[in-house]
Amino acid sequence: MNPLWITQVLAVLRLEMRKTFLSKRGFWIYILAFMPVVLFTGKSIVEMKMGRIGDFGEDTNVFATVFQLFYLRLAVFFGCLGIFMNLFRGEILDRSLHYYFLAPIRREVLLAGKFLAGVIATCLIFTTSTVLQIAGLYWEHGWRVFSDYLVNGNGLSHMAAYLGATVLACIGYGSIFLAAGVVFRNPLIPAAIILVWESINSILPSLLQKFSVIYYLKSLCPIQIIPESGGFFAMLSINADPMPPYIAIPGLLLVSAAVLVAASFQVRRMEINYATE
Amino acid sequence: MRANDRVVFENVSKFYGDVLGVNRVNLSIPPGITSLVGPNGSGKTTLMNLMTGLIRPSRGHIRVLGIPANQPEELFRYVGYCTQFDSFPKGFTGYQFVYSYLRLYGCAHAEAEDLTWKAIDRVGMMEPARRKIAGYSKGMRQRIKLAQSICHGPSVLVLDEPLNGLDPLVRAETIALFRALAEDGMHVIISSHILHEVDQISDQVILLSNGYVVAEGQIRGVRSEMQEHPMQILVRCNRPGVLAAKVFEQDSVVEAQIHKDGLGVLVKTRDPDKFYLLLNHIAQNGVTIESVAPADDDVNSVYDYLIGSEEAGR
Repeated sequence: MNPLWITQVLAVLRLEMRKTFLSKRGFWIYILAFMPVVLFTGKSIVEMKMGRIGDFGEDTNVFATVFQLFYLRLAVFFGCLGIFMNLFRGEILDRSLHYYFLAPIRREVLLAGKFLAGVIATCLIFTTSTVLQIAGLYWEHGWRVFSDYLVNGNGLSHMAAYLGATVLACIGYGSIFLAAGVVFRNPLIPAAIILVWESINSILPSLLQKFSVIYYLKSLCPIQIIPESGGFFAMLSINADPMPPYIAIPGLLLVSAAVLVAASFQVRRMEINYATE
Repeated sequence: MRANDRVVFENVSKFYGDVLGVNRVNLSIPPGITSLVGPNGSGKTTLMNLMTGLIRPSRGHIRVLGIPANQPEELFRYVGYCTQFDSFPKGFTGYQFVYSYLRLYGCAHAEAEDLTWKAIDRVGMMEPARRKIAGYSKGMRQRIKLAQSICHGPSVLVLDEPLNGLDPLVRAETIALFRALAEDGMHVIISSHILHEVDQISDQVILLSNGYVVAEGQIRGVRSEMQEHPMQILVRCNRPGVLAAKVFEQDSVVEAQIHKDGLGVLVKTRDPDKFYLLLNHIAQNGVTIESVAPADDDVNSVYDYLIGSEEAGR
């Protein structure tokens, strides 16, 4: 027999998963998540049609660049914004949050259930996309070259690192956007603030850098990217003080946990007053 | 049964910014059917949201059966709340709406299913329970919310305008259900602006106006406290003219009017007890009295006297 709070977390999870997956409202998240899959697969198809095979090492660098500059910073970022901010804010706008607040459930347990649902949903969407991106990109090279890269090269560790970074990005951004959805009425304000904060992370003092998600994620990415164009992209990609994974992973989880604890205090004080929303 | 069986408000005020919700409310609500009566904006829903912890008081304390209202995990083991919010989780059927609530409550699947069907049956929603709530009529939505609020067998049932949208037959059945629940020892706290219904079903009333409690208690008790409005008593008799002349001999009688059908007298008196004694005397002196009934000790009259005819007519 499960303790009550586990039963309740699972009940919240069941309810939230129905709402989070395949909702019309969240359709743009799928487009954002799977856009690189279409691009990479398209590139492979074009190369194969033209009878060319691209450079494997170059493709690996292309993936690393797209993953760090677009996928983590924009796709996962905005995808998490769309899903996690709606966990509370969306229910307030739909005037249905009271359904949860009328149940004998600790608000902290409710928050945990909703967060877990968001993490499962985003992880499934974005890790699936990550795997498909890799498959699409290396398709033109054939299974033999790709399996050689996985087995004899560092393909497996790279893939694990990308998938791990994706999962941690979902947890990190998820916690921040869930908290933002509890505090802010308009998602654009926190989204803009957090986006700027994450972008200027590399030029912040060392201590402040640690209060961002991208700082830890950059350290987990297996390939250090150096954009040729320099300037803004160089600022985004530079990682002057990389952390080893055994510090980066618990560090990010700790930041996320702290944000969730702060959010739970806010949820505990939350009132149902739809008229003012 | 919990040791403390009251819903208690201690000097509770709630402000929405500068706007007053309720002010300095002190209440101790016993079991039975209690009605919150007042015009729109008088603070009925605010009081209900306060006692269920959906909003927090700006000042004061609220305890429901001894449980602070800001502890939902404990409170809703004993409280069911049928809100006025007419919105539901998207895509739910009536069954899922009640069932999911019971799963949140902590019930296992089999128990939740059993309790769901029992509650749905009790509000007469068996047939449409498997249909989506989005296709329900207003009355059906009202009843499924009621099913959700009673499904876990609460000790305190809070109902915000529960009879809204119900047709007369269902309305009568629902009132009968409230009575049955109250007879089982439950607190049934109802807000309504339909006064004659409140009068029919309430054991006690709380009259609200502009965020203040203006009167509370059993309706007849509240009425007898209102000395500035003489009590109206309709006396049916065979000789109304004689009766009218006789009652005027009493100082406390301020008006006696022959009823328009000519078969009785409407008396206004400041001292009903003294008047009833006089009636005994008159009855022994040749006037046959068929019935004596207070004409203005209902909620409608009390409400009208306290809050004003303008608001009562809304």
